[in-house]
Amino acid sequence: MNEYLSLFIKAVFVENLALAFFLGMCTFLAVSKKISTAMGLGIAVLIVQLITVPVNNIIYHTLLKEDALAWMGITGVDLSFLALLSCIGMIAALVQILEMVLDKFFPALYHALGVFLPLITVNCAILGGSLFMIERDYDFTQSVVYGAGSGFGWALAITVMAGVREKLKYSDIPKGLEGLGITFISAGLMSLGFMAFSGIQL
Amino acid sequence: MSDTKKVLTDPLVNNNPITLQVLGICSALAVTSQMSTSLIMAVALTAVTGCSSAAISSIRNHIPSSIRIIVQMTIIASLVIVVDQVLKAFLYDVSKQLSVFVGLIITNCIVMGRAEAYAMKNPPMASFIDGVGNGLGYSLILVIVAFFRELFGSGKLLGIEIFPLIKDGGWYEPNGMMLLPPSAFFIIGCIIWVFRQWKPEQNEAADFKIMDISHGEGGHH
Repeated sequence: MNEYLSLFIKAVFVENLALAFFLGMCTFLAVSKKISTAMGLGIAVLIVQLITVPVNNIIYHTLLKEDALAWMGITGVDLSFLALLSCIGMIAALVQILEMVLDKFFPALYHALGVFLPLITVNCAILGGSLFMIERDYDFTQSVVYGAGSGFGWALAITVMAGVREKLKYSDIPKGLEGLGITFISAGLMSLGFMAFSGIQL
Repeated sequence: MSDTKKVLTDPLVNNNPITLQVLGICSALAVTSQMSTSLIMAVALTAVTGCSSAAISSIRNHIPSSIRIIVQMTIIASLVIVVDQVLKAFLYDVSKQLSVFVGLIITNCIVMGRAEAYAMKNPPMASFIDGVGNGLGYSLILVIVAFFRELFGSGKLLGIEIFPLIKDGGWYEPNGMMLLPPSAFFIIGCIIWVFRQWKPEQNEAADFKIMDISHGEGGHH
């Protein structure tokens, strides 16, 4: 139990996908102008991440890994180079299914998330989460915890960023630095703050 | 001919994918702590963008628009797998350092963005050049960031010592922060600042202005 808790904390703070690995930066900068929309997107990422990382984990371990096809009586086959294609295909398909399910059963949530759901397919944080899971060879339980932690970390980062940017529009910024420039620099400062967690040994 | 040149050079400064279109930032920040990794990444991305734009453009009249994203994604993913396997075969150390970021070229918005915005409407040759041009614009920023980070972070360029370090009997105390993620944000922020001072038309319109009350009769609304 302790091991999973530390994996979760590590995924949220120490290895924050947005601030330590810069994943999902495009959406991170584009959608962080208002707290409410940023939170909507954050929740969408959390949900998608929680589903896709474990599913990709199952696929990788039962189909693609070296000798993973042994249960079908096929040995000596290593399909791991197909991981990229299968991951992105899986994510695109799952996001589509999730969209339909939400539309049918949870219309309120569906409308709240709106245009963000399809956008998530091309969010590198999602693909990055799955690829990190493969690279670090997580087992199934670990992948569930990691999916939840990394998704939550990303949601936390974008919400905080939106809070900073809402205040930022009242400040007097040098002409050329307005908009994108100052956003980068404040993201850098936040990232510096998150670096403080990296000394924590769990 | 001047058209071709414009397509190729426009994305370098005037319409740079990173500083103006805000695309493909993820990897720009993550791989730039060393010149060698960022050069490899730049070459990989330029190759993928050019080839995928050409490939998508050559079948653009046969792609049904409702499934075009998935078709584009498959083409891009296949090209990235090729790049990944080539790197693993010939440059194994670098491919280990780049870890997941080669795979993440798939979701790099520059590739998708050029496919969607340019390659779907233009012939293959022009799309190829446009892809390469945008790849080069990305490479330019990547190399600038990596130059500062490696030079000030470890006193080296491409692994060759430029500033002799104090611990080796030289005079330079390395700035460790340059190797950490936050410095990449600061450097890109400053590059954007320089670009926009130089080309003021790239400034974004502010949401609203702070009212100047110094010469008014108090601050009437």
